Amino acid sequence: MRIITKAYGDMEIDEKQLVGFPSGILGFEKFTRWALLDAKQKPFYYLQSLELPELAFALIDPFIFRTDYSLDVADEVLGIIGITDAADAIVLAIVTAPAEGGPITANLAGPLIISRNGRVGMQAILADPRWQVKHDIMAELAASKSGI
Amino acid sequence: MLILSRRLNEKIVIGDDIVVSIVEVRGDLVKIGIEAPRSVKVYREEVFEAIQAENRAALASDIVLPSLDIPGLSK
Repeated sequence: MRIITKAYGDMEIDEKQLVGFPSGILGFEKFTRWALLDAKQKPFYYLQSLELPELAFALIDPFIFRTDYSLDVADEVLGIIGITDAADAIVLAIVTAPAEGGPITANLAGPLIISRNGRVGMQAILADPRWQVKHDIMAELAASKSGI
Repeated sequence: MLILSRRLNEKIVIGDDIVVSIVEVRGDLVKIGIEAPRSVKVYREEVFEAIQAENRAALASDIVLPSLDIPGLSK
């Protein structure tokens, strides 16, 4: 199917890239139909709204720069999006790249969890104080390398 | 909004399985205990608001991202 994207304009996507967020994303609860795209710049992805082309989030796999990242989400909560097995969960963090420059950060306090099979997602809210809304991706990647 | 007055160690029961208790009161700090099923999401409001605000900031991001030079990335 063809969709209009913020990053790449009009493009063809596969139905397998569609992801529903039945309760939306915090602050954007009305938007429930999204598509997951590979960004041309690795290792990023985009979550593109099908309902509003200007609405797109850049995402990153948080485990790339924080191998110690962990989430404690109740089975009942995961059950809402049809996840019964942790292997079925895709975890992605929303990226903020300030237009005025400055470090590119990832939000590890509110990760997106998507069921691989059902292609349904949600934004989790983690209570763990280790995970903040802004983690400097490159700085933490460097720190994890030097720490080993 | 329903407003209830409670003293130290008194509780409020919400529905069948949620109990809120006043654990400690010191000056303007109140410690509240919440017993609820794991499926009930309980957050400090600030955390909720911080994530909402960060989502908005992310949306205002530069859509043209740099490629990150991450060695050993098998993608």
